Amino acid sequence: MPQRHTGPSRRRVLQGLGVGATGLILGSGLGAQPALAKDLTVGFIYVGPKDDYGYNQAHAEAAAALKKLPGVKIVEEEKVPETDDVQKTMESMIELDGASLLFPTSFGYFDPYMLREAAKYKNVQFRHCGGLWSKDKNPMNAGSYFGYIGMAQYLNGIVAGHTSKTKKIGFIAAKPIPQVLINVNSFLLGARSVDPTITATVIFTGDWSMPVKEAEATNGLADQGIDVVTCHVDGPKVVVETAERRGIYTCGYHANQAPLAPKGYLTGAEWNWATVYRKFIDEAQKGEPLPNFVRGGLAEGFVKMSAYGPAVSDAARGHADAVKAEIMKGGFAVFKGPLKDNKGNQVIAVGQAYPETAIEIESMNYLVEGVNGSIG
Amino acid sequence: MTAPQDAALASRPAALRAAPVPTNTDRFYPLRRTMEALCAPVAAMLLAAAAFSLFLLVLGKAPADFFDLVWRGAFGSWFSLQNTLQRASPLLLTALCAALPAQLGLVVIGGEGAVVLGGLAATVAALLSAGAPPLVVQVAMALAGAGVGAVWMGLTGLLRAKRGINETIVSLLLAYIGLALFNHLVEGPLRDPASLNKPSTYGIGEANMLGPLPGTDLHPGLAIGAVACVLCWVLISKTSIGFAARITGGNLRAAQLQGLPVARLIVLACALGGAFAGLAGMIEVAAVHGRANASLAAGYGYTGILIAFLARHNPLAIMPMAVLLGGIGAAGGLLQRRMGLPDATVMVLQGMIFVSILTSETLYGRIKWFQPRDTRR
Repeated sequence: MPQRHTGPSRRRVLQGLGVGATGLILGSGLGAQPALAKDLTVGFIYVGPKDDYGYNQAHAEAAAALKKLPGVKIVEEEKVPETDDVQKTMESMIELDGASLLFPTSFGYFDPYMLREAAKYKNVQFRHCGGLWSKDKNPMNAGSYFGYIGMAQYLNGIVAGHTSKTKKIGFIAAKPIPQVLINVNSFLLGARSVDPTITATVIFTGDWSMPVKEAEATNGLADQGIDVVTCHVDGPKVVVETAERRGIYTCGYHANQAPLAPKGYLTGAEWNWATVYRKFIDEAQKGEPLPNFVRGGLAEGFVKMSAYGPAVSDAARGHADAVKAEIMKGGFAVFKGPLKDNKGNQVIAVGQAYPETAIEIESMNYLVEGVNGSIG
Repeated sequence: MTAPQDAALASRPAALRAAPVPTNTDRFYPLRRTMEALCAPVAAMLLAAAAFSLFLLVLGKAPADFFDLVWRGAFGSWFSLQNTLQRASPLLLTALCAALPAQLGLVVIGGEGAVVLGGLAATVAALLSAGAPPLVVQVAMALAGAGVGAVWMGLTGLLRAKRGINETIVSLLLAYIGLALFNHLVEGPLRDPASLNKPSTYGIGEANMLGPLPGTDLHPGLAIGAVACVLCWVLISKTSIGFAARITGGNLRAAQLQGLPVARLIVLACALGGAFAGLAGMIEVAAVHGRANASLAAGYGYTGILIAFLARHNPLAIMPMAVLLGGIGAAGGLLQRRMGLPDATVMVLQGMIFVSILTSETLYGRIKWFQPRDTRR
C-alpha cells in the first residue's frame, strides 16, 4: 500500500496560523472600540399611501426622521389592509428583514392581527397607534401609544372662530366614533370660546378614505355659507384643496397641508410622532424594557400646531397662543359642565370638568349643542 | 323573455368563445387546444414582464432585482409560499362569482356585496347559535353566508332574466347597496358597544374559529376554494346544466330554439356565484377576523373579477391565476422595503398582466399550428 501523507502539511499549518492570528488581531481591535448602539431594525406599517398629506404621512415623516439615527434600520410598507395581510407583513418584516420592533400604525391592526403576532413572536416588540393595550388582557411584548389631538382641534376652533365672518364653520368626518366626535366637539367649543353664536355643521362620509364624498361635502358646506372647514379623514388633501378652490379657509389635520392651500390654510392639528418613536427606539437600543402604554398631548410633544397662515389675524394668534400656553401647563379641560348635546340633553353636569386625560371622554357618543348633524 | 332584451343578450360577445369544431381525423387536436390555452397566457405574461422591465428601467431600477425579489417574496421559501397561498385563498371563491355567470355571457362584477353580506350573515348565524358545538356553529355560518350571498347575487340574475336589466350595472349598484347596508348594521343595530373606535359586531368566539390546515398557518379557505373550483369545472364541462349554460353563452338564439331554460340558468349561475362569494365572506369571519367589521370589505370581490378574466372564466385556471395575483401581493411588501418602490408599482404590474392577457384572447384560433387539421389527405 503506497504511503499517504494524511495529516495537514506544514504549509497548511502555517497558513492556518497566519489567518488565525490576523483574525485575533482584528477581533480584539474591534472589541477595543467603544460599543456601538445596538443595531435595530424597526418596521412601520401604514394603511394608506405614505404621501397622503394625512394620517399615514404623519407617521411616515416621523419614520423618515428616524432613518438618520445611527444603528437604526427602518423598513416600511404602505397600503396594507386591516386583514390577515397585515399579519403576513409583520411576519415578513420579522422573518425576512430581522425586525425586532414593529409599529403597525393603523387603528384596526390591533385586534386580532397584531395580538396574534405578538403571541407568536415573543421576542419581538409590537407598539400600536391607538391606545388599546390593556395590562390585564394583552401580552407584555405589545403596547399602545396615542396622542390627545382634541386639544389641537380646540386651538383650530379658536382660530376658526376669529376668522369666520359668517359665524358658520364646518367639519368633514369619516365615522361617528369617539375619537372623531372629540375632535368635532373640540373644534366647535374652541370657536364658541370666541363667539358663542357660532355653529358648526358636520358631515360624515362613512369611511376613512372617500375622496369623492369629501369633495362633495366640502362643496356642500361652502354652498351653505360656511367659511372655515376642518376634517377628520385619513387624507385631508381633497378637503383642503377643494376649500382653497372655493375661496374658504381651512384648518389642517394629521399633517401640515399648508402647501395645498397657501391662501386659505389657517393652522392645523398635527401629530408629532417622531417624539414617540425616538423614545421607543432609544430605550430599545439601550436594551431597556419598552413602556407598554404611552400617551401625551401638546405638552409632551406628541401633537403640534401648524405655523399660522397669512389669513390669521393678530387677535386670533394672540388668543390661540395664550390658550396653548394654558394647555401646556396641564389640566386644561375643554369639556366641562354645564354642557348639553345637540338634542338638548345635559351630558356634563355643572361643576364637572374633563381634561384630555379623562377616561370619560374616550367613549364620547354625542355632538355638543351648536353642532348641526346627527350620529344616528 | 321579450325581443329587445334577447337582442341585447345575443349581441354581446360571448365570454366563452365556442371552440372550432374539431374534425375527428386529427387525434392530436385536444392536445393542440390545451397547448394553445397554455401558450397564449404564458406569452402574454412574458410580454407583460418585458413591458414592466422597461417601466423599471425608466425608473432607474434593475428588472433582474425586481424579478428576483418577486420570486423570493412570493414562492422562494415555505414562508413566502404560505404568504402567497393565504392571499390567494379568498380570491378562489370570489373569482367563481364572476366566472360562473360568465359561462352564460354575463359580466357580473358585484361580488364584493355578496362577500360582506355573506360574512355578516355568517356572524349573525354564529351569534344566534352560540353555545352549540363548534361544528354546528360553523355549518350554520357556512349555510347563512352562502345563502345570503346566493340571494343577493340571485337578485341580479332575476333582474337580468325577468326584466332585461344590464347585469353588470345591477350587480355593481347592488354591491354599493350591500356595503351601505353592511355598514349600517355593523355601526348600528348589530354593533358591539365595546367596539368604540372600530365599530364591529360581537365576536363569534375563539372556539368557533376555523383552525389552520395541519402543518401550515393557512386557513381552510384555501382547500374549500380549490374544491369549489374543481366542482365548478365539473359542473360546467361535464354536466348537462353546464353544457346548457355554455350553449346559452355561445348563442342565445340557439339555446332558446333548443328550449333551454335560459332564465332559470341565468338566475342559477348568478346565485351559485353569489353563494361562493358569501362563503368567502363567511371564511374571512370564521378564520381571520372573528367578527364582522369594515375589514371584510377588503376588495376581494373586485380582485376576483380580475382573476376570473385572467383565467378566461375557466374554474381550473382560476387556481393558478389566484396564486399568481396572491404572489404579486405577497412580494409587494418586499418590493417596497428592499427597492423603495411605492405600492402602486404592484398595481402597474397587475395592470400590464391584465391587459396583455386580455389582448392575447385575440390570438386564439389565429395560429395555425394549434388548429385542427384534416389528416385524411
